[in-house]
Amino acid sequence: MINGVSIYEILTLTSIMFFIGVYGFFTRKNLIAMLVSVELILNSAAVNFVIINKYMFPGKLGGDIFSIFIIAVAAAETALALAIIINLYRLIMSVKTKDLETMKY
Amino acid sequence: MERVFFYFIAVAIIVFAFMAVTNRNMMRSIIYLLFVLIGVSSIYFMIEYNFLGAVQLTVYAGGIIILYINSIMLIEKIGTPMEKVKTVRKVVAGIISVFGLALTLFAIYSYPFQTVKSGNVTTVSQIGQALLGYGNNGYVLPFEVISILLLAAMVGAIMIAKTEKK
Amino acid sequence: MNLNLMILIPLIPLAVFLLLGIFFRRIKEPVSGYIGVAGLTIVSLISFYIAISYFLDFGLVNGEYQKIIVFRSTWIHFTDNLKIEMGILLDPLSAVMLIVVPLISWMVHIYSLGYMKGEGGFTRFYAFLSLFTFSMLGLVLSVNIFQIYIFWELVGVSSYSLIGFYYKKKSAVLAAKKAFIVTRFADLGFLIGLLILSYFAGTFDFLTLTNLDFIQTLNGQAVTFMGLSVITWALILIFMGGAGKSAMFPLHIWLPDAMEGPTPVSALIHAATMVVAGVFLVARLFPMFYFIEDGIALEVVAYVGAFTTLFAAVIALTQYDIKRVLAFSTMSQIGYMMLALGVSGYGEHEGLGYMASMFHLFTHAMFKALLFLGAGAIIHAVHSNFMQDMGGLRKHLPVTHITFLVAALAISGIPPFAGFFSKDEILAAAFEHNKLIWFTGFIVAGMTAFYMFRLYFRIFWWNDPEYKHKPHEAPKTMTVPLMILAFMAAFSGFIPFSDFVSTDYSPFHTHIEWGLAGASVGIGVLGILLAVLFYKKENDLSDRFARAFGIFYKWTFNKFYIDELYFFITKKIIFKNISAPFAWFDRHIVDGTMNGIGNSTVWISEKIKGLQSGRVQDYAMYFVSGATVISMILWFLLNN
Repeated sequence: MINGVSIYEILTLTSIMFFIGVYGFFTRKNLIAMLVSVELILNSAAVNFVIINKYMFPGKLGGDIFSIFIIAVAAAETALALAIIINLYRLIMSVKTKDLETMKY
Repeated sequence: MERVFFYFIAVAIIVFAFMAVTNRNMMRSIIYLLFVLIGVSSIYFMIEYNFLGAVQLTVYAGGIIILYINSIMLIEKIGTPMEKVKTVRKVVAGIISVFGLALTLFAIYSYPFQTVKSGNVTTVSQIGQALLGYGNNGYVLPFEVISILLLAAMVGAIMIAKTEKK
Repeated sequence: MNLNLMILIPLIPLAVFLLLGIFFRRIKEPVSGYIGVAGLTIVSLISFYIAISYFLDFGLVNGEYQKIIVFRSTWIHFTDNLKIEMGILLDPLSAVMLIVVPLISWMVHIYSLGYMKGEGGFTRFYAFLSLFTFSMLGLVLSVNIFQIYIFWELVGVSSYSLIGFYYKKKSAVLAAKKAFIVTRFADLGFLIGLLILSYFAGTFDFLTLTNLDFIQTLNGQAVTFMGLSVITWALILIFMGGAGKSAMFPLHIWLPDAMEGPTPVSALIHAATMVVAGVFLVARLFPMFYFIEDGIALEVVAYVGAFTTLFAAVIALTQYDIKRVLAFSTMSQIGYMMLALGVSGYGEHEGLGYMASMFHLFTHAMFKALLFLGAGAIIHAVHSNFMQDMGGLRKHLPVTHITFLVAALAISGIPPFAGFFSKDEILAAAFEHNKLIWFTGFIVAGMTAFYMFRLYFRIFWWNDPEYKHKPHEAPKTMTVPLMILAFMAAFSGFIPFSDFVSTDYSPFHTHIEWGLAGASVGIGVLGILLAVLFYKKENDLSDRFARAFGIFYKWTFNKFYIDELYFFITKKIIFKNISAPFAWFDRHIVDGTMNGIGNSTVWISEKIKGLQSGRVQDYAMYFVSGATVISMILWFLLNN
């Protein structure tokens, strides 16, 4: 609980962060940069868990624990995605999205 | 005082996040992401979730960011800017995002959140007991599932990235 | 007497068929023939034993032959009222067929060992022969009309495959198709007839259908349609199926063409057994034919039979292909059987025609199979079907000559050969009931004698041409069946048939009407003498005669242009005026609509395929905007 700061303000912050991540996911031209956007999205979600836990159910631990899980999953996801990207780079010498449009009509 | 500090942090997070998704230099983009993550961890500290803030710092700032930097150094020439994005695409993506944001905020502000005031501080031992507890507030099952997920991800990452033997 | 043995009678040929059919690449030439002959030998011995002991031993109880249902089981059970049973019925009719079918089939199996030697597809031939034997035996042993229908189609299929046995020859393929389509068309009538019949009678079962009280109740309650009771219509439709199988006018056109098949097949299927299935069917349902509405349907049978017998005999006078002469002769003789059924009454002596028909079926099977097998031996020796290529063969083929002569005498009705007795009974029955039909039969008897002896003299006497290959007598496998059948053709007339088969299942006695018999023998002898005059020595008498008849000869030679008439009706009228517009409609309207739907789908997808860009970011954009719109709509819907 931050003195003088309501839950609405914090949720607004996380929403803005989320949609900045979405915007990045839409526009970036590079796989790693897209992954950065995904990190933003995940982080905003984790903050939401914690904030709602803290402001509405202070005695409980659910949001806290699940934030930890989200961080763990994010770490796993990042490691895997980067492994895939590196492998891909080895195959086609590029991580640009325009080179990865083979699965179309 | 805390309020001012929060607004400062919030503005920093938004600005850095925006720069992280628009900067055409990959390495800078990653560093901006690092700043965003540090900002988020400071929010955790402000609401006195110290353990979570520490985890955020170590795992994200310490681990994931280093991973990013490593892979960028493996596959991109540092300093080569990414290609420009078409304006039409930027506008369309921006409209969709702003629209979605508006909807979300509209939903948030029209919902009456019942906040509770309390001075509880979550300690590390509480979190540890909850993680390994199997009682009413225990999370041992998700904990184990996450462990297996991490193991699988580790094995998978190794398998995917390793060079095939001839 | 263990009648359960009878189940083996149809099952052994089926087993042989499956064995030869499945392993037809593995089993080499002579072996498959031996397997077939062995199977048929067992079947024949069982059948003869059962049939003979039925007639002489256990069949007759209190002066009436028993109808024994040896075996019956429900094959398909739809409801309690509608179920289809399979089984085996033993009564005098099926017992007679149990002698005819296995005997001829057995002889043909043995004969084919020699005849088909060295022909391609030997195993296939024996497989189909076994299939046919199975179907025919199943047909004659049927307990209900639906079972008959099933086996009826099965004999049709095996006949089709055997006519088209030389499937590399175009004419054989066409003949097979023709036979199948024409008989199928007739079977449509049969099917409709049996459905109508079973709808009104509520049963398929023969024992119920031929029960006299049951027929009376049917008579009482029947619905009428166009002045006749529907049961009569059903019987006429069933007779249509029988007419198709038995090559009655006007559904006869397939039989002469069916001679494209191997000659043993013609002997078995298209002379002795399958083509009499129509006669058998009418005989099976005889009480219905006779009692429903005072036998209107039976009158149709009589007149169709009488017309066909005359019609076919006239055509047979002019044909040159010896197998076609025999084919038309077969039609003529089956017409005889039909007209005999048609003039028959019910009861002891009244049922003479029925008995005579069955008798003629029996004797005809013997001598006609013999004629065909003899013709096969001749063709085997001369390598031609045409009389012009033959002559003077009596010196080269002594056994064939003698057996052929016996058969020709038998079919001409010269005593004491078999045909005399059966034909005499038929003519006697016809004389009692209908003088016109009798007169037709009488004339045809003379014509039969003439064309058979025309055939005989033309093949075995006439002149002495030089043969490229000297004709030689057929091997033992072929001559032994000829001799056995010749024995049957010569002496089977002495069987007291009326002691065994009658309309009311009780034996009665017949005597030869010497007046009528003398007349028919006289006209037969006249026919033979004419043939001697025309064909004993090479001369041009027949040609001059043909020229004198001119147009009539030409019509007859071309089988009265019935084939051409069918072609005209089907091609010029039905195909051109009905099928062609339908085809146009189908091609342009129906297909056009379907193609239009397909084409517009293709067109639309060409236009919108850009959505499928392959970029996951685009898909994410579609997804998020869609999700936004949907949540907005839901929001407003739920809050208002």
